[in-house]
Amino acid sequence: MADILKSEQSSSSVEHIEAEKGAAPPFLDATELILNMGPQHPSTHGVLRVILKLDGEKVLNTECVIGYLHRGVEKIAEHRTYTMFNPYVDRMDYVAAVSNGLGYCEAVEKLLNMEAPPRAQWVRTILTELNRIASHQLWLGTHALDIGAITPLFYTFRDREEILKIFEKYCGARLTTHAFRIGGCLYETYDGFEQDVKKFCDFVTPKVDEYETLLTTNRIWLERTKGVGILKAQDCIDLGVTGPVLRASGVKWDLRKAQPYAAYKNFEFEIPTGQNGDTYDRYMVRIAEMRQSLRIIRQAVDSIPEGPIMGKVPKVMKPPVGEIYHSIEAPKGELGYFIVSDGSTQPYRIRVRPPSFVNLQALGKMVEGALMADVVAVIGTLDIVLGEVDR
Amino acid sequence: MPEDKPEQKPASPPPAAGEKPAAAAAPPKPAAPAKPAGPMPQPWESEMVARLRGRYGSGIDPKTYLGQNYIVADPSIVYELLQILRDDEQFDYCVDVTAVHYPQRKDQEFDIVWILYSFEHNQRVRVKAIIKDGDPAPSVVALWSTANWLERECFDMFGIRFEGHPDLRRILLPDGWKGHPLRKEYGITQQDSEWVKINLGIESGQ
Repeated sequence: MADILKSEQSSSSVEHIEAEKGAAPPFLDATELILNMGPQHPSTHGVLRVILKLDGEKVLNTECVIGYLHRGVEKIAEHRTYTMFNPYVDRMDYVAAVSNGLGYCEAVEKLLNMEAPPRAQWVRTILTELNRIASHQLWLGTHALDIGAITPLFYTFRDREEILKIFEKYCGARLTTHAFRIGGCLYETYDGFEQDVKKFCDFVTPKVDEYETLLTTNRIWLERTKGVGILKAQDCIDLGVTGPVLRASGVKWDLRKAQPYAAYKNFEFEIPTGQNGDTYDRYMVRIAEMRQSLRIIRQAVDSIPEGPIMGKVPKVMKPPVGEIYHSIEAPKGELGYFIVSDGSTQPYRIRVRPPSFVNLQALGKMVEGALMADVVAVIGTLDIVLGEVDR
Repeated sequence: MPEDKPEQKPASPPPAAGEKPAAAAAPPKPAAPAKPAGPMPQPWESEMVARLRGRYGSGIDPKTYLGQNYIVADPSIVYELLQILRDDEQFDYCVDVTAVHYPQRKDQEFDIVWILYSFEHNQRVRVKAIIKDGDPAPSVVALWSTANWLERECFDMFGIRFEGHPDLRRILLPDGWKGHPLRKEYGITQQDSEWVKINLGIESGQ
């Protein structure tokens, strides 16, 4: 019976191939399919809509539709004072709110031509690096989940919780921390801050190895990530892609080294890079970055200088007329603030250079010719946060 | 429904045309004791500037402010200048393309700002061109493909046309939206109420 079916099937498929040589039958028409992915789709990490043009499973072209989360942050900034705008920046990349705050505060400090006191610089560095680990952990968990590995999500969220606890103890908030102020930090470190941070470092170091045992040599993981979404170094530079995505393509560039800010010039750390610029390399780069962040935190927490944590800033902040661009290495890439002051208490214009927005532009190039299932992997590997893409 | 009232900005005048001059920094003219003026933009001299000056003469005005270098260029040569910065001076990474709106400056309403970075020299430079409202700016998508979305956002927010852009459409706001929200005359609570009514079926998005 089965043999008959088989032969029938094969004979029909032969007919089909023959038929294709002539005029294609309408039901097997090879026209392209337009498929809408999102804006409500679990693997788009927010409200991202991707329109895919498919030839069977193959992606011919993509178009991103964004803006669903647009709140007009840059417009709001023009109607707030410099201090009042500070909490708003946390709501852009809400996964790495501390980094956003650091970039903004440093940019305004630059405009005021001042610097935060050393103690504040150290505390800022520690919290920002903790936030980098938290951001990478959240990325790893959700990225692996998209590809089909459920376990890493539980592991990374469990460990990320420890970082959020430190944030909560330090400034009362877990996600949108508003930890820094223009001129330094508002809060002095709490009793036992150093011990908590050290304890966390000791706790999480073996956990990072644990993530690796789940994925690094996992055959399914390798099949789904190796050679997927390749982005060459030159394309990265052309497309303005920064952060781990750029480094995975072999460009050894990190703003923490290239143009050090906060207290980074005092610490030793490596810039991990990849070679192939594929999804697997980006995974390895981010894992290595977590280890480097731990290295920075360990050095920093042992050497926090004494002194004031808040610099001298005027109560009414009126930066002199001028404009400034300052950028930091956020977990996702170069996060820049271009601020124009007209000498009043409110910024004349604030432009945020969002790494997620710029990196997302590379999606089209990365998935062209790939399989449909790889689109999910590539969106994950870009590590975008829609709050920052849309602002 | 809250009609749009552009929220008032503080009384102090926004920077005047061209470079932020000293005049704008010290509004109280003769009587009040001179406030300690902030740092001033200084002329920027370097080998690269000398090379560019040799080519463009007074078409460019290189300045430095708080350690950051920028070049104010004539809109007619700015595309060529950007191309030379990319090809001959290794500014191979276009960080950002954005604009600033100065409605008070007659016929010089917009600053278009290109922020460039050179991996080779670990150096940043900003290029600025001042254009009139309604005039197009040159598109640099052919030089850096990253400019595609950045220019689209700039068009969406300011209504600046980038000449030569392959696909200049709105990016963050919906296609049918009226108005460009980052222009100064656009109120902070303003919205395209007609669009909201038709597409969302509600009276107000506020």
